Amino acid sequence: MTSTATAPPETASAPPEAPPAPRPRRHLPALLVVPAVVLLVAALGYPVGWQVVTSFQHFGMMQQFGQPPEWVGLANYTALLSDPNLWVIVGRSLAFCLVCALLTVAIGLALALLMGAVGRVGRLTLQVALLLAWAMPVVASMTVWTWIVNWRNGLLNWALDRVGVDAQGHNWLVEPLSFFVVAAVIVVWMSVPFVALSIYAGLTQLSPEVLEAAEIDGAGGWKRLRLIILPLVAPVISIVLLLQLIWDLRVFTQIKLLQDAGGVANETHLLGTYIYQLGTGAGDFGMASAVSILMLLLTVAVSWYYVRSLMKEES
Amino acid sequence: MSRTLGPARSRRSTRRTVLTVVAVAVALVWAFPVYWMLNSAFLDKVTLQSSTPTFLPFGGSLDNFATVFGDAGFVRALGISLAVTLITVAAAIVVAFLGALAISRFRFRGRRSFVLALLLIQMLPAEGLFIAQYKMMSSIGLLNNILGLALLYTAAVVPFTVWMLRGFVAGVPVELEEAAMVDGLSRTKAFLRITFPLLAPGLVASGVYAFLQAWNEFTVALVVMTEEQSRTLPLWLRGFVQASATRETDWGQVMAASTVVAVPVIIFFLVVQGRMSNGLVGGAVKG
Repeated sequence: MTSTATAPPETASAPPEAPPAPRPRRHLPALLVVPAVVLLVAALGYPVGWQVVTSFQHFGMMQQFGQPPEWVGLANYTALLSDPNLWVIVGRSLAFCLVCALLTVAIGLALALLMGAVGRVGRLTLQVALLLAWAMPVVASMTVWTWIVNWRNGLLNWALDRVGVDAQGHNWLVEPLSFFVVAAVIVVWMSVPFVALSIYAGLTQLSPEVLEAAEIDGAGGWKRLRLIILPLVAPVISIVLLLQLIWDLRVFTQIKLLQDAGGVANETHLLGTYIYQLGTGAGDFGMASAVSILMLLLTVAVSWYYVRSLMKEES
Repeated sequence: MSRTLGPARSRRSTRRTVLTVVAVAVALVWAFPVYWMLNSAFLDKVTLQSSTPTFLPFGGSLDNFATVFGDAGFVRALGISLAVTLITVAAAIVVAFLGALAISRFRFRGRRSFVLALLLIQMLPAEGLFIAQYKMMSSIGLLNNILGLALLYTAAVVPFTVWMLRGFVAGVPVELEEAAMVDGLSRTKAFLRITFPLLAPGLVASGVYAFLQAWNEFTVALVVMTEEQSRTLPLWLRGFVQASATRETDWGQVMAASTVVAVPVIIFFLVVQGRMSNGLVGGAVKG
C-alpha cells in the first residue's frame, strides 16, 4: 500500500527543463542527494574499492606492521581457485543456501494456504505466532536455540530421550552434519514468517469470484490450487524465493554463534565465517578480500533479477 | 441439489476444524522458542539444571532480571547500543528523507543511476565488506568508536529507508502544496506546513526500521567493536553463548538478558511490520 502510487505526482512536479527555473531550484535535487551519496561512498564505496585493490596484493601479517603491500596480480585469485578447501566451502554455502531457501518457501507456501483455508481464529493465532518469531532479534533467537539444543540439560535431548532415542549428553554441534541440520532448522524457523505472510498477502489479492467460478465449473481443491492459485501468486513466490536465496547465502550470525556454542569451526565454515576467519583470524587480508569479491559477485549475480524487477516498478 | 448440500457442508466444516487444529499446532511450534525464552527467564538455576524441564514458570521470580540490570557489562552495553542506535536513527531519517525527496519530486540527471545504486547496495552482504570496513575504521582510528559504528550502520540502512520513504513522499499530491502556494505561502512554508505533517507516518516507519537494524546488528559490530569495553548488546549476549561451550551456564540469566534485548524489538517490530514487507515485495504483491 505504501510504495505503490508513484508515477503521477512525479511528472507533475517541477520539470527541470522549465526555462524560468531560478538558479537554486535547479541545483536543489543534486544538493538533496549529496548527503546520501557522500555517506554511501565513504562507508561502502571506499571499502569495496579497497577490497578490489587489496585482492591483487599480498597483504598479510607483515603489512599489518607497516610494510607496504606487494602487488601480486591475480596470485590471490589463482591460489584461491586452486584451493580445494575454498571449493568445499563454496559448495557447502550454496547447498546450505539452496536447502534452506527451498524449505523456507515450501513451508511458507503451505502455511499461507493454511491461513487462507481456516477461519479467523486459526488465522490470527498463526499470524501472531509467526510475527513473534519474525520479530525476535537474531542473537536472542540464537541464545534460545543454543539453550534448547544444549547437550547438558537442553530440551531437545530430554524430548528425544522421552521418545526413546538415547540422546542423553549428546552434543549436536560437534558433528558437522548435525551442526548444519540444527543451523538449517534455526534459519528456516526465522525465515518462514516473512515468506508465509508475504505469500498470504498475495493470496488475499486474488478475487474470490474467480475461485468461485472455478469451483462452480467443477474444479476440485487440488485443481484450483494448481491451475489458478499457484499461477496467480507465482510472482510473489519467485520474489520471496530470490530474496531468500540472497539472504541465506550470507548467513553469518547463526553459523558464527553455533560455532561459538561448541561447533568445530574449521569443519563448519560457510563463506561469511570463512572470510571472517581469514581476515581477522589469520590476518591474511589479501586472500580475505579475494573471497569477499567472489561473494559480492555471487550475490550481485543472484540479486540482478530482483533489482531489475524493482526498477521496472520504479519507472 | 438441496439433498447434497447437507453432507457437503458438514464435510467442509469438519475439514475446516481439522485445519484449524493444524494451524493452532503450527502456531504453538513457531512461538515455542519465544515462550521458552520467557519461561526460562523466570526460573532459577537449580530448576533449570534438573533433569526434567519445567514448562510453566510457577514459583519463578524476577531475580534473573535483577541480576541482569545489576551487571556492569550489561549496563555498559546497553548504553553503547542506545547511543549507536539513536545516532543511526537520527542520521538515517535526515539523509534518507532528503534523498527520497529528490527522487520522488524531481527529475534530474543521474536519478536513474542513483536509484539503481540504492537497490544494488541494499543487496550487498555485510559479510562481503566487513574486512575492508574493519581496515578502514582501524586506519582512521574509529575502531571501538560509537560514531564509527553508527556511520557504518547509517550507510547500511539508508538505501532501504530512501526506498521506503520515496513511496510516502510520492503519496502526497504536489497539488496540495501548490494550492497552499496559491494561497500565499512560500514554497518552503507550504512544504513544512502541508507536506511534512503528512509524511510523519513514513518518517516514523523508517526510523523504526533503522532502530531495529542498528539494535539487532551483530556482524559489523563483531568486526569493528573489538574490545570488551565497547561491546553492544548483541555482542554482550554472545559472550554467554561462548561461555556455554565450556562451562555450566546460568541459562535463566541468559534468557532474562535475551528477553530484555528482545522485548523493545518485538514491540517496535509489530508497529512497522506491514510497511517493511510492503517495501520489500512491493510490486509483486500487487500482481
